[in-house]
Amino acid sequence: MPAAVAQPMLKLPAIALIVAGLALAGCAKQQLPDNASQLGLATPGSQQDFTVNVGDRVFFETDSSALTQQARATLDKQAQWLARYTNHPITIEGHADERGTREYNLALGARRAAATRDYLAARGVPANRMRTISYGKERPVAVCNDISCWSQNRRAVTVLAAPTG
Amino acid sequence: MPIARALAFVRRLPGLPGRPAPLLGLLCALMAASPAAALVEIDITKGNVEPLPIAITDFAGDQVARDIAGVVEADLRNSGLFRPIEKAAFIDRISGVDGVPRFQDWKVINAQALVTGRVSQEPDGRLKAEFRLWDVFAAQQMVGQQFFTNPQNWRRVAHIIADAIYERLTGEKGYFDTRIVFVDETGPKEKRVKRLAIMDQDGDNVRILTTGSELVLTPRFSPTRQEITYMSYAGGNPRVYLLQIETGQRELVTNFPNMTFSPRFSPDGQKIIMSLQQNENSNIYVMDLRSRAMTRLTNTAAIDTAPSYSPDGNRIVFESDRGGRQQLYVMNADGSNQQRISFGDGTYDAGVVAARRPDRLHQALRRPVLHRRHAARRLGRAHPDGGLSQRGADLGAERPGADVLPRRGGWTADLFH
Repeated sequence: MPAAVAQPMLKLPAIALIVAGLALAGCAKQQLPDNASQLGLATPGSQQDFTVNVGDRVFFETDSSALTQQARATLDKQAQWLARYTNHPITIEGHADERGTREYNLALGARRAAATRDYLAARGVPANRMRTISYGKERPVAVCNDISCWSQNRRAVTVLAAPTG
Repeated sequence: MPIARALAFVRRLPGLPGRPAPLLGLLCALMAASPAAALVEIDITKGNVEPLPIAITDFAGDQVARDIAGVVEADLRNSGLFRPIEKAAFIDRISGVDGVPRFQDWKVINAQALVTGRVSQEPDGRLKAEFRLWDVFAAQQMVGQQFFTNPQNWRRVAHIIADAIYERLTGEKGYFDTRIVFVDETGPKEKRVKRLAIMDQDGDNVRILTTGSELVLTPRFSPTRQEITYMSYAGGNPRVYLLQIETGQRELVTNFPNMTFSPRFSPDGQKIIMSLQQNENSNIYVMDLRSRAMTRLTNTAAIDTAPSYSPDGNRIVFESDRGGRQQLYVMNADGSNQQRISFGDGTYDAGVVAARRPDRLHQALRRPVLHRRHAARRLGRAHPDGGLSQRGADLGAERPGADVLPRRGGWTADLFH
């Protein structure tokens, strides 16, 4: 049952309805591949494949840009994937949690992005394929005021642009 | 003296939004002054100041006269240093500026200072605003001034009067006739829209300066021109920009391949100091705005950022983690003699520390977080009404990305005019 596979996707009920509707209209077979990818059965080589099956982000300790064991494992997988699918330009976003000044966190985010880029480069991703940007503490993904959110916000995200062809 | 004061106003805030040269009509003349031997004064260097009871009478004239008196009263109250007395308690019904108050009547209600005023229209259409500040216990006038201006400028005249009162009673320059540049934040926290905005110090005259399509951060005023330096993510490249407030013209200050951020003007307005990021490190540079030459001031394998000049331009305070954790450092303006000045566990904010009076600096170093809240509170209070109040409340949770006027002068007070 696809619903089990698609566990992270919040859109599920609406999509399921669409699938049902399309089935009734008699063109379900044609549409299924697209819907399957929306359900998390990502097309290999797609951004979604990367996000869901590889993991597009790594997390950091407070005020640190050191890559943890887990972060290295994720980046190893990212490097393998990026070696297979070579036509996405890559932007690495560095982020910080809300503690500390805006200015310092901009620098800290830049440092995390650079550490991530350097690791990927060492694993064979061409440096000229990657650019970095820091958002400091300006783009949190979790917005509570305690450690559970801070640890999600201290991150570097590998963002793929549309393939260059 | 009168002319010098008028020039001082021109220097402090040349031009109002949409009105290119309003100050041509703004003259200020001393009607009479007897500064000697006044008893009533506020010593703001003491820790906790008891607000000074002050009586602000309705100015004689029509509605605008009452409006001006209302703004003067609100300014003084919001400074925290004055306690305006309820008008219902007034015994002496003095109005205007021609008579002498019955000082005994003001002593009875414990007014230490008294403000009287009059607003009228000149035959040529200009507004004439006059006021006198009286020392009740010494039974004498402390300040008497009159102003002529375009009626549209009535709020500014009110702020200038409040500044004159504040300055005479505290010995510090007033800050009421100033503006605040800030980042207006709307939308949920994880999807915030941030726009550059400017308003009068009391929250009036809000103008939004950017569209919100790109992230903007850390706006700072030029001390000498109608310019703001700030950081923008325009085109996906975070860089330092310069914005002309009146024309809206925007200019990229630096064109390096890496992020430039945390900009601030020097006190003479000729330079912008900022951080430049290179790989894992950020260092502090200064750009001469005339020659566009960039000079590197720090050179560490660490983060050096958030630089601010001292008012004389000779020293710079900044944040660095060269010692392991983020702490405050100072150096000479040429980058020499870099020294650590903070040693605590808290998170220090060089920008807020720079806005403290030198004699309060030790407090800021001891209790850094408190002072950040102070800045947020101040901005929150500047948003008293309507749609802005929520914004103020949102900002209250963290340090606003705003160039907030220091409450009672300070190292960088000049940067904010």
